[in-house]
Amino acid sequence: MQEYIYKKVNSIKFSFFSPEDIRKMAVAKIVTPELYDKEGYPVDGGLMDIRLGVIDPGLRCKTCGSKLKECMGHFGFVELARPVIYLKGANVIYDMLKSTCRECSKILIDENTRQKYVEKLGNSSRKAIAAMIKEKTKNVKKCPHCDAKKYSVKLEKPTIYFENDKRIFPIEIRARLEKVSNEDLRLLGYTPEAARPEWIILTNMLIPPVTIRPSITLESGERSEDDLTHKLGDIVRINQRLFENINAGAPEIIIEDLWDLLQYHVTTFFDNTTASVPPARHRSGEPLKTLTERIKSKEGRFRHNLTGKRVNYSARTLVSPDPQIELGEVGVPLEVAMELTTNERVTSWNIDRLKEFIKRGPKNYPGANYVIRPDGKKKKITDETVESLLEELQEGYIVERHLMDGDVCIFNRQPSLHRMSIMCHKIKVLPGKSFRLNPSVCTPYNADFDGDEMNMHIPQNEEGRAEAEILMHVQHNIITPKNGLNIIACIQDSITGAYLLTREMEFQREDAIELLLSIGWNDFSNFPKTKTINGRQILSALLPKDFNFIGYNMLHKEDEKEGMVVVKNGQLGKGIVDRAIIGKESGDLLRSMYIQYGPEKTLKALSNISKLGIKIVTNYGFTTGLVDTDVDEKIFIEINKLMDEALKKVDEFIEEYKSGKLEAYPSKTLRATLELKILEVLNKARNRVGKLVAENSSKDNPTIIMASSGARGNELNLAQIAGSVGQQALRGERINRGYDGRALPIFRKNDLGAAPHGFVRNGFKQGLAPYEFFFHAMTGRDSLMDTALRTPKSGYLYRRLANALQDLRVEYDKTVRAASNEIVQFCYGEDDIDISKSEAGSINVKKIIREAINK
Amino acid sequence: MKKQIQIQDHVLLLKHKKLDDKALEGLLNKYNISPKQLPKVYKKDPALREIEDVKAGDIIEIERDSPTANKTKFYRVVVDG
Ligand SMILES: [Mg+2]
Ligand SMILES: [Zn+2]
Ligand SMILES: [Zn+2]
Repeated sequence: MQEYIYKKVNSIKFSFFSPEDIRKMAVAKIVTPELYDKEGYPVDGGLMDIRLGVIDPGLRCKTCGSKLKECMGHFGFVELARPVIYLKGANVIYDMLKSTCRECSKILIDENTRQKYVEKLGNSSRKAIAAMIKEKTKNVKKCPHCDAKKYSVKLEKPTIYFENDKRIFPIEIRARLEKVSNEDLRLLGYTPEAARPEWIILTNMLIPPVTIRPSITLESGERSEDDLTHKLGDIVRINQRLFENINAGAPEIIIEDLWDLLQYHVTTFFDNTTASVPPARHRSGEPLKTLTERIKSKEGRFRHNLTGKRVNYSARTLVSPDPQIELGEVGVPLEVAMELTTNERVTSWNIDRLKEFIKRGPKNYPGANYVIRPDGKKKKITDETVESLLEELQEGYIVERHLMDGDVCIFNRQPSLHRMSIMCHKIKVLPGKSFRLNPSVCTPYNADFDGDEMNMHIPQNEEGRAEAEILMHVQHNIITPKNGLNIIACIQDSITGAYLLTREMEFQREDAIELLLSIGWNDFSNFPKTKTINGRQILSALLPKDFNFIGYNMLHKEDEKEGMVVVKNGQLGKGIVDRAIIGKESGDLLRSMYIQYGPEKTLKALSNISKLGIKIVTNYGFTTGLVDTDVDEKIFIEINKLMDEALKKVDEFIEEYKSGKLEAYPSKTLRATLELKILEVLNKARNRVGKLVAENSSKDNPTIIMASSGARGNELNLAQIAGSVGQQALRGERINRGYDGRALPIFRKNDLGAAPHGFVRNGFKQGLAPYEFFFHAMTGRDSLMDTALRTPKSGYLYRRLANALQDLRVEYDKTVRAASNEIVQFCYGEDDIDISKSEAGSINVKKIIREAINK
Repeated sequence: MKKQIQIQDHVLLLKHKKLDDKALEGLLNKYNISPKQLPKVYKKDPALREIEDVKAGDIIEIERDSPTANKTKFYRVVVDG
């Protein structure tokens, strides 16, 4: 059992290392750029010194005595021959040079002001004080303390400083900064104990342990060193040369050149992507990856290694539809099934069966890829190892066998915004290269088949498999916690089919039985004995025998009687089944079933109804096309008359407006009133067209069937095809954009009429006039841009909301509490209703009473 | 004469009431909490200006309109500032 250590972090302090700190924490002084001696053993005082830790399996760390992987490494240091500026502190030093005196190192403000700020120190923000002081020292000409003249300081990026155009070297800068008093530093925003400014100019430099820059041995036996080691080698080498030259009394120019070179190497060691510094490169020309590059960017430590993780036992591929597959299943390509494995522990009961898997090996399905011994050693099954593995296999071993039908997996589509984005499916191995999905589970995943890819994960122990199956299976996610309604339901053709079936269909008994058999239904115990059987009776066969239900279909709004759907003792007595009964987020039938019979039976029933619907549609020969929207000459004339009337009305409004007879709506200007009236008239006309087309089409018209069953499309779509596309709107207004008082040059200037402002009189079938097409394209482009820009914004907004609310919970006393038990709400939702168990947020009292009475 | 405006009379201001010691005790016991765990309200909040004798640590009962429960009670502890 692993031991856990619980500790709480109280605070984190950030500070610079002082040269003394560096000396104290270092375990070795590095004096030579050499790495290994002739025997290939790390040189003492070299960059691979074994006091810095070990990367060879045979060696022990000289500092702590531990072996590879136990010792996490120790720092060393180099003593720099001349101080060198730490790149990321260059601006801090620049600020210091500007605000302190070059002679006496005091802040360039007079004593009185200084005292005032000292008093302020305790109570106002140090940042603000430092900023104010910096501002004050900007225009000082000479030091108020010693009268020394102030020079202008310049920083030539990244690390060269000039004073009145004369270069000042780090050694001199460091000497000045050392003299700054602690109190002055506090005024400038420093905490002198943690970070004195001169510590930014390195005199000693830490050498990171070898464990963070391990060398790799190539196949040829050659050693290849890490980029950091290369860079450190440069630093140490130049440093030694500099020492030698200084000791030999070389001319200042040579020393300065070497010094600059050392500065370059130190700079690129910290950051090899600094602007204005040419990056250090490999011999191949590829830039070295030094400290900053290891951390930064997408490939850096944070985003690549810490935030981004990859998992084993997972697969990703395209998804495609398969209406024949069960809702709780996922079709998995054979190739995936043979690569991914699930494990089975060998017992006396399954050993013979598992041996068969091993015999078949990784290349024959269903076989096995690996055997894991009880000590954790993993053995690959190959032609060479099969025999010995079969021999040694015994209880307690684990066999990683191919995926088979019925294994559980976890299936996911990103973005995983709600819990239904990750569900458990049973595997069904199929030929092909894509994951197969029942179209009805597209809704919870928000998937479609225009190239979507999805991920699959295989749980690797009993616990994982049990949790996945019991908590995450599709059948447990039929009801969404968002509002307590079903998110998994019949869609499209299934709805059309059920609608057709329950509306009017009648079958010979034999045909009805064949129909049910074709979807895999063979329980006819309750089937009517009559010669002809109607559609509702066929659907009833799929319902539980004691199921009682009253629901309202889409007709209910207009016709209360026709709109009732009644199921009594499992028999659908009356009512047409449409989207409002079996569709998503409205299918009250499925929700009632879920409550009464539980997840498994509901999913099965849903699957059967869905399959039946599709079968009906298939046998019916259901199809749709442009002909569906063809109307009689008479209706066509009527449509035209409607539109013409509306346009005439628009002209009348404009006339009224111009002559001042138009009466303004409350709180609206006359102009706005006119706009509203125009929009109203035109919209009304288009809606009337839709109704007209719908009413005058046969009830067997497929488009009408789809619209009235709620499967797809509506009257507005009909109106746009057969009648008029209607008003195009940008930002809720008619189209007003354009030059010189008109949207397009074909119109008269300042014409208020319908057409010049984006009214498309033609329908899609007749075809749009050029200017109409242009207006239509305008709004199309606008909405395209809108979605493209809004999607990432709203996604981020949602993420922030989810992160902010993630650890709120409802306590047993009904309060909503945050992570540390603060109360957020005194009563959950103020009404104490569990939304996930409600019916769209409320409780259906009527239904409860009805059920209570019937009991 | 200058007319004194009473903020409490405004229709948009929720009803604020200071809890007496007994009610305060009862509330803390009911939820088994310390005042620290309650939502906060600043002493200088204009809604408290017309309530007499409000000091840090007091608990204010607020009656809110609620879309789900019509009327609901909410409690905030007064903090300095
Ligand atoms: Mg897609
Ligand atoms: Zn060690
Ligand atoms: Zn001075």
